[in-house]
Amino acid sequence: MSSLTRPTRAARSRARSPMAAPQSFLWTRRIVLTLLAGFVLLPVYVMVSSSLKPLQDVSGKFQWIPSTLTIRPYFDIWETVPLAKYFVNSLIVAGSATVLSVTIAVFSAYAVSRYRFRGKRVFTVTVLSTQMFPGILFLLPLFLIFVNIGNSTGVALYGSRGGLILTYLTFSLPFSIWMLIGYFDSIPRDLDEAALVDGCGPVRALFQVVVPAAVPGIVAVSVYSFMTAWGEVLFASVMTNDATRTLSVGLQGYATQNDVYWNQVMAASLVVSVPIVVGFLLLQRYLVAGLTAGAVK
Amino acid sequence: MTATVTTDPEVDKSTGTGTSRGTGGARRRLPRIPDRIRQGGLPYLLLLPAVLLELLIHIIPMVIGIVMSFRQLTQFFINNWGAAPWTGLDNYSIAVDFDAPIGEALLHSFLVTCVFTFFSVGLAWLFGVTAAILLQENFRGRGFLRAVFLVPYALPVYAAVITWAFMFQRDNGLINHVLHDQLGITDEPSFWLIGDNSIYTLIIVSVWKGWPFAFLMLMAGLQNIPRELYEAASIDGAGIWQQIRRITLPSLRPVNQVLVLVLFLWTFNDFNTPYVLFGKSAPESADLISIHIYQSSFVTWNFGTGSAMSVLLLLLLLVVTAVYLFLTSRGRKGSDV
Amino acid sequence: MRHVRAASAATLALAIAAAATGCGGGTTSGGSNESPKTLTYWASNQGPSIEADKEILTPELKKFEKETGIKVKLEVVPWADLLNRILAATSSGQGPDVLNIGNTWSASLQATGALLPWDEKNFEAIGGRDRFVDSAVASAGKAGEPPAAVPLYSLAYALYYNKKMFAEAGVEKPPATWDELVAAGKKISKDGKWGLGAEGGNLSNNIHQTFVLGQQHGADFFDKDGKATFTSDGAVAAVKQYIDFMAKDKIIAPGNAEYAQNQSLTDFAKGKTAMVLWQAAASTFAAQGMKPEDWGAAPVPVPSGVPGAGKQTNSMVAGINMAVFKNTKNIDGAKKFVKFMTSDAEQKLLNKTYGSIPPVKAAQADAAFGAPDLKVLRDTLASSAAPLPQVPNESQFETAVGTAVKELWADAAAGRPVTEESVKARLEKAQQTMQQ
Repeated sequence: MSSLTRPTRAARSRARSPMAAPQSFLWTRRIVLTLLAGFVLLPVYVMVSSSLKPLQDVSGKFQWIPSTLTIRPYFDIWETVPLAKYFVNSLIVAGSATVLSVTIAVFSAYAVSRYRFRGKRVFTVTVLSTQMFPGILFLLPLFLIFVNIGNSTGVALYGSRGGLILTYLTFSLPFSIWMLIGYFDSIPRDLDEAALVDGCGPVRALFQVVVPAAVPGIVAVSVYSFMTAWGEVLFASVMTNDATRTLSVGLQGYATQNDVYWNQVMAASLVVSVPIVVGFLLLQRYLVAGLTAGAVK
Repeated sequence: MTATVTTDPEVDKSTGTGTSRGTGGARRRLPRIPDRIRQGGLPYLLLLPAVLLELLIHIIPMVIGIVMSFRQLTQFFINNWGAAPWTGLDNYSIAVDFDAPIGEALLHSFLVTCVFTFFSVGLAWLFGVTAAILLQENFRGRGFLRAVFLVPYALPVYAAVITWAFMFQRDNGLINHVLHDQLGITDEPSFWLIGDNSIYTLIIVSVWKGWPFAFLMLMAGLQNIPRELYEAASIDGAGIWQQIRRITLPSLRPVNQVLVLVLFLWTFNDFNTPYVLFGKSAPESADLISIHIYQSSFVTWNFGTGSAMSVLLLLLLLVVTAVYLFLTSRGRKGSDV
Repeated sequence: MRHVRAASAATLALAIAAAATGCGGGTTSGGSNESPKTLTYWASNQGPSIEADKEILTPELKKFEKETGIKVKLEVVPWADLLNRILAATSSGQGPDVLNIGNTWSASLQATGALLPWDEKNFEAIGGRDRFVDSAVASAGKAGEPPAAVPLYSLAYALYYNKKMFAEAGVEKPPATWDELVAAGKKISKDGKWGLGAEGGNLSNNIHQTFVLGQQHGADFFDKDGKATFTSDGAVAAVKQYIDFMAKDKIIAPGNAEYAQNQSLTDFAKGKTAMVLWQAAASTFAAQGMKPEDWGAAPVPVPSGVPGAGKQTNSMVAGINMAVFKNTKNIDGAKKFVKFMTSDAEQKLLNKTYGSIPPVKAAQADAAFGAPDLKVLRDTLASSAAPLPQVPNESQFETAVGTAVKELWADAAAGRPVTEESVKARLEKAQQTMQQ
């Protein structure tokens, strides 16, 4: 197999320029990246500092340095809202939706990228067109469908995590398919054709050759699927109940009829986001591993 | 299955901007796989799960939405949809009667959404591509920055947007604290959540939340650019700026084509950001179409009119998308049947 | 190409078939007793948090289970989700047996026909209509039709004032008329302190305030046939009077124009504003660190004289109603549960806990509701509160007029003139967006 691989592919590397960068570039880089980091981190700083203030201070004039520091909000968040339960729900829903969505998208993208068949364009365009209808108008019809499925088959999609997983995995499918078609197209066909010649079935060629070569794309798409499910508010608010409520909806519980517990909202958001950011950090390696690492063994 | 492996010396399609060749040459190629791999049903089998799910979750609800748009689906009928009277095109004529307040408001909201989408997508893409390129090469702190830039993406939407709303408060927020109290740029503390400034607030928050996604996708896209292109360019004497302009940006084209399109569609239909920022009723200057449709359906219990507006929006976006795809893929038409 | 067309036609046919069968999921006749041992109950968020509500309600539900053997499955639904959840339940028929609704939604939900009407017979099952305060029952549906719900917790507006700030500014007693309020406000409004607070960005609050002022100007916002009359002289005068507290009298801080998260209560608790018009704010003041002796409560001012019915109305009837979904599989149990929740004992206990007023007359007599601030609310409810318009498109009214008032606040805050014409123009626009 390696004999059929073009030698140049192995030479790809993560670093771009073999040439030393000029000073103008280095300075631009420093300044621009600093500004961007500032923009990104400003609200994060506000969240951190507000989460350490007592409620009276948070709802008063903004102070850069909190005058009174307290870690109470970090204890209160668990009392006000069943945060741990929501977190687990969100993990289950977003995790399952991601795995299923990416798997299905890989199959579809492979079909579109590697085969000619009738209806290909209809498929890609229809899939894309689903992104053009405002989501809120899906809500009631989808709810009706779920209830009807439940009534006629006994499969409880409404109010269950399963229904939400199904919904979210479909939400992220269109973009995942489109994006993966692009990535697969950019993988030289010689690779999987070689595998086919070697006697692999098409599915094995997909998993042994194409998928490893497309790892950065797949990871990027997975992150996207996960975040789509993680952050969605509207459908979750209607399709879940007490037991299956997800985080994004649950966080609104810190804003009650008469009070908004600003410090607790911020503390809770930080607590639940830390694992996600850590997950991103771990995934980074694969995101930038590049084709060289995965494609040719 | 008559597999004949055609080994092609050319670089693959997406990175088809060879150093010596012009941009057009490599892209304008016929599909590489001939009819030989026509294993009957296999491609359909591969597509089946996606097709079924799309039908169930997207297409059928969409069609129901279209059906709803021809009915008078108000609070009197939502308990029994079948009984809702058919109204023909009434819902549509209400929506497009631009002289009457409902149509006028819809048109206004549409224009606001266009402006918002243009700036939001433009800036998100610009930030994303800048950061991706600047982080392409290894240097100290690169991994840290890459993680930092993804933070807005990792925060739950509600938490992020409510924090911005908190910062944009007139009397107690950070923004006015800096602009008015500390820098003295404004004479009076300005309003950011009501009135004419709201559109800026909306764009800022939307860009903050949206650009990491562009960054993520473009970063992954950059991994596909073969190093030898840069090597060859640098031997030709191209400086780093020229390399970016001549190699990096053109090579990102396939990623950009999809990225800009979906950013456009999502931003255009974004509901969460304005909803958390402004609540049920957005200020006139930031009255996005999604909020407008929400108001015209959920808040006022009139799903017929809301659906009609959605269908109009769908048609419009279909046209825009078709034109966009036509324009951007003219050079690659051969490749996707 | 032929293939393509065939495929899309098939898709369409399939989808329409699904749509046809999908529609009408909610049609049901009248409830049954198929599952007499369980009930699902959606409670609204009344306490300081969802968890607190669960802790408050669970022991009571246990009590009910002991009495009747019916197990109640409780879900406390956050306000942000409640109406959408109810809409979804209504359109699909998949909902709880018993639920709490904001009383202003009553007429809209009544129009859907999904809720059990409380006719004489059903009222008998829970002890009779006479047990409830009239104004509270009047806020549970269209006049002349059986109410769609039963009042559960009631509230009214009062004028809360900061005693210390009043004393410092030389205001001796809480204002009883609007002129007095403006005069007091002007005395207080200086050096970063302000007379009155408002929630300009909160549509419902805007409606509540302008509705009462409208009543005082003889305007109802709807005529007898349920047609919108937003631009009547009374309505325009009412809205203008409200906005003028900021635009002309300058007793409301401009920043209040964007308030929508009860920042006006925070300002009050911090001693930044001296007065707010609110319903049962005591627990929030306490949470914000204010001592009970620092503030007082008085009836909301009237144009002149004393509060009463008609033009002396000084509050809307605020509160929570309890409704039963018609298609419940435990209709008798549901009624028993409503009876339990509206019993004298539960009414006293729950309303005490939540700081609201029982809509049940017998429970009102309890000494706990005679505390000075609650007494104001109780008397207002009894004599001078009126329900918001009970029309099916009430929520459309709240959105349209509430938004108009919000935009006017923004004008006033930005220093743009607020005139009779500009008010009328906004209201005119709001009225034209009302369909039917």
